[in-house]
This record gives sequence, C-alpha cells and structure tokens, in this order.
Amino acid sequence: MNHWLIAPVVLPALMAPFVVLAARNHISIQRVFSLAGVAAMIAIAIGLVIETADGTIMLYQLGDWAAPFGIVLVGDRLSTMMVLLTALLAFFVLLYAIASGWDDRGWHFHSLFLFQLMGVMGAFLTGDLFNLFVFFEVLLIASYGLMIHSGGNRRMRAGVQYVLFNLIGSTLFLFALGSIYAETGTLNMADLANRVRLIGAEETVGIRVAAVLLLLVFAIKAALVPLHFWLPSSYAEAPAPVAALFAIMTKVGAYAIIRVYTMIFPPDLEVTAGLHEVWLLPAALVSLALGMVGVLAAKRLDRLVAFSVIGSMGMVMVSIALFTPAGIAVALYYIVHSTLAAGALFLISDLVRTGRGNVDLTTQRPMVGTAMTAGLFFVGAIAMAGLPPLSGFLGKLLLLNAAYGTDLVVWIWATVLTASLISIVGFARAGSVLFWKAHGVTEDATANKPAGERPSVLSYVAVGGLVTLLIGHTVFAGQVHGFTIVIADQLFASDPYISTVIDTPGKLSTPQEEY
Amino acid sequence: MEFLIASAIGTLTAGGLYLLLRLRTFPVIVGIALLTYAVNVFLFSAGRLTVGVPPILRDGITGYADPLPQALVLTAIVISFGMTAVVVMIALGAFLGSDNDYVDDQPETPDDRAEGGS
Repeated sequence: MNHWLIAPVVLPALMAPFVVLAARNHISIQRVFSLAGVAAMIAIAIGLVIETADGTIMLYQLGDWAAPFGIVLVGDRLSTMMVLLTALLAFFVLLYAIASGWDDRGWHFHSLFLFQLMGVMGAFLTGDLFNLFVFFEVLLIASYGLMIHSGGNRRMRAGVQYVLFNLIGSTLFLFALGSIYAETGTLNMADLANRVRLIGAEETVGIRVAAVLLLLVFAIKAALVPLHFWLPSSYAEAPAPVAALFAIMTKVGAYAIIRVYTMIFPPDLEVTAGLHEVWLLPAALVSLALGMVGVLAAKRLDRLVAFSVIGSMGMVMVSIALFTPAGIAVALYYIVHSTLAAGALFLISDLVRTGRGNVDLTTQRPMVGTAMTAGLFFVGAIAMAGLPPLSGFLGKLLLLNAAYGTDLVVWIWATVLTASLISIVGFARAGSVLFWKAHGVTEDATANKPAGERPSVLSYVAVGGLVTLLIGHTVFAGQVHGFTIVIADQLFASDPYISTVIDTPGKLSTPQEEY
Repeated sequence: MEFLIASAIGTLTAGGLYLLLRLRTFPVIVGIALLTYAVNVFLFSAGRLTVGVPPILRDGITGYADPLPQALVLTAIVISFGMTAVVVMIALGAFLGSDNDYVDDQPETPDDRAEGGS
C-alpha cells in the first residue's frame, strides 16, 4: 500500500494547526510554512499523476480495513489530475494573497487556506460517499472563515447567505445519503456501483429519488442554474484570493457528478435513464446563457467575473451532460481551463481594485499600473470568453465537435455560440470602460491623480503565473486533451476501479491463526 | 412506529422549509435546525427501525440493529451543531453591522456604496 496517496490530505491537516498554534503572531513564519506546504503538495501531486498515468488505480485503506467496511482513498487518473490542478491554483493564489497583503488583513488566513485545501483534496481522493460529505463539510467550514476574512458589512451579509445556502445543501446531501443507504445498504462508491446494477426494474423508486437528490446536491456545488443563486454575491464579496481559490470549489461539484454518474449511475443504467439528457443538459444550457448574460449586465468587475464562472460551469456541465467519453474528455479539458481563467480573473479584478480604489464599471480616472493590469485582463478575458488563440476557444471547439451528431446538436451549438458572443461583448465593454475610457474627469490636475496605489511586483508574478499556466494549457492542448481522453476511457471502463477497491484484502479478510 | 417516525420527519421538514422561506435570520436558523433534526431522524431510520435487538451480530440471534446509520447520525449531529454555531456568529456580526436581519439582498444604501468603494 502506497502511503503517498493520503499525503495531500494529511499534509495540510498537520500544517494548519501548526500555523495556528505555533506561529499565530508571526505572519512571516506562517507565509513561509504555507507556501512551502503548498509547494510540497504540488510535488506530491505530480508524483501521484505520474504514478497513475499508466492506468494504475492507487488504493489506500485507512486503518487497513478492507473496502466496503473501511474507508478507502482511491487515486485514479481523474482524482490525481484534479489534485494537481488544485495544488497549482492554490500556489499562485497563496502567492498573490501574500504579495497583496490580504493574508494580513484578518486572522488565521493561512490555516483556513490549508484546511480548505485539505477538504478539496480529500473530496477528490475519497472512494466513499459519506466520506465525500465529510470532506465537503471540511472545505465548507474553512471557506466560511475565508469568505468573511477581514470583515466588512457587505461581506458579512454575503457570508450569511453563503453559509445558509450551503447548510441547506448539506442537509440535502444527508437526505440523499440516507436514501441511498436505505436502498442499498452501503455507501462505498465501488460497492454501490455493484449493488445498484442488481436493483430490479420494479423497485427503482427509492434509488431514483436518491440519484436525483444527489444530483441536486452536486448541482448546488457546481452552481448550475437554477441552484446558482449563492454564487454571484459570495464570490464577488469574498476577498479576491479567496474567490480565486473558490474557483476550484465549483469544480468539486462537477468532479462529483462525473465520478458518481459515470460509475454508480452510468448513462446506460435503466434506473436513472433520462436524468442526464432530460434534466442535466437543459439546465446546463440555461446556466451557460444566463452566466454570459450576467457578464454583460454586471455593474462591477468582481460580479462580472462571478457570472463568467457560472457561464463557464455551464459550458463544463453541457459537455458532462453529453455523457459520452468524448464529452467527458472535453469537460475535463475545460475544467482545467475554467479554473485557471477564473482564478486569474478574480486576482486581476483585485489588481484593478488596488490600482483605482474600486471595481465599478464606470468611467473614472486612470488607475495606477494600467499597462500591466490591462495586458493581463486582456489575456484573461480572451481566455474566458473563448476567443482564439487561447484554451477557452479550443475547449469550445472540442465541445462543438463532441456535440455534433447528438440529438440536441442544434440547441447546443446555438446556445454555445450565442453565449460566447454575449460574453465577448461583456468583456470588451468592461475592458474598454476600465482601461480605454479612463481619462481625467476634470481639467484640474490634482483631481486626476489616481485613487489607488501600485500593486506589488510579486502580485503581478502570481497572476502572471496563472496566465502562463493558461498559455501552457493552450500550447500543449494536444497532449492535455489526449490525456483527458484517456481519463474518460478509464471512467467509462470502471471495472478495474471497482475490482481494485472491492477485492484488495484488508486485515479482516485474512483471519490470523491466533484468533 | 413506521408511520410515527415518517410523519415526524415530514412535519419537521415541512416546518423547517416554511421557516427557511421567511428570509429573516432568526427564523431561517431555527428552520435549518429543524431540518437537521429531520435529516438526523431520517438517517437513523435508514438502517430500518428495530426495537430491542442487539447492535452487533452474534451467534444465536435473529435480528440486529444496523450500527452504521448510528455512526453516520453522530457525525451529522456534530457537523450540523458546529455549522449552526458558525452561522449564528456570522449572522450576529452581519446584523450588528448593517442593522437589519434580512437574509436576501436589500436595496443598496449610501453607506453600502461608500463601503463598496474601499
């Protein structure tokens, strides 16, 4: 048994209390430790990706208890890729938080950040549905603290909405888990996959309710319309580095949908037939359209980015809802793109806030550091809106290609293309108001002095890092997409996963002589 | 007993949902508390309702109570208790800061706009 698989969960779980207990009053020590911790997580994640790239399923049995009885962590290609993506995003976001001084504007930023990473990593690696719930709660509890980091009335009120919405989501998750357990008697994903197949055609009521409830829960996390109402306010009001880290949280929902609805409730399963095409796809198309219209309508830059997150999640969900290997491969490619682009754009909106004092989309005095910020915004907006040459365009092209030949091709093509056009207009309007139309309001020279201050060089390095990753995601699109195709193939051939989890013996499977 | 438990879960859920829709902090928090009670009882009954049977398998018994839902309920209780405490604190902070306890977005006041610029 390879112990490295649990390292992405254990490492932050140990670092975070250390940061609270030992380095509470020393912000520089906290910074060094959390940066080093996240860098180590990147290294571990790369190791895990290499280990699983050939199709190996890594299994970690906690306490050496065998699978349906004990809790297992499972690392396959999908999990390890998501772990690596999280670690990379977290590194640059943390760098930005340190460079801009956000981490020093309230208490316990670093420990909450690490706890949040622990929750996200655990959610990606776990092989047990109840354990998934627990890791969701870990990441949510940490995110509540991060969300209201450094306080302020507006942030607190957005925080209340965010917490309440997620509490309702958690309750719904428990209802779903209860119905699944009542129907099947297990919560281990691999075991569930085996048992759901055995349910007879006339006894499907309970499991169908459970499948729909579970889909609702994950759709809340993934901010699928009409369950997206928590997202715009909370992402817009959260501190920028936190909002950038939250870019991975919507992807946790998407990941959970991919995992559960390819393995436990696969599309060819009769019990849940119709769930994907009839419900998921229209909702995803509406999310895409609504998110991009929100981009056009937003009056503030941070809200604009939040709506673009909804739109890009819509794009991800459209490709997931196809539920073909090609569709899932596109979804995974787009998830990487959308995470990096959303993270970068949230950080850029904070650069604008630093340079000009606010993020309202109105004509104002020019900001400090316009050239660099505008350049980064240009790249980020091109990526998010899906213009050539960046990865958003490639992802969209792949999606259109994957949707070609399905029944709803007209709807998908029409929505994707129209929504892209709307988002291009929205981003272009925001960019021109922020950067081009910014001129002195009056003739008085002193009044034309910019209201903000210059962002530090390290902030630009952090944002530049994310943008570089985006460009890398474009340049190596062939390799990345090839890898996501392999991931999707592994997801649709879930038998090795199931047999690895179920058949690996634990300490109870081989009774010793002395008992 | 099945009817009793089922109607209790239903009543708790209905009451919780009604209070959630009131959109003021206090009723919403009470509503969430009711919903978590409902879900705890629901999880508990997911392992089938039994009376007076041992929780573990031994030789010579015919029925047993499923111990797993009890462990799940314990986890769920701890988490929901902690979450409720967190939301009470945050809601209190928001109430003291903005002088109203509406959960949904209110029309922006000049104070809000001034703070938004910072």
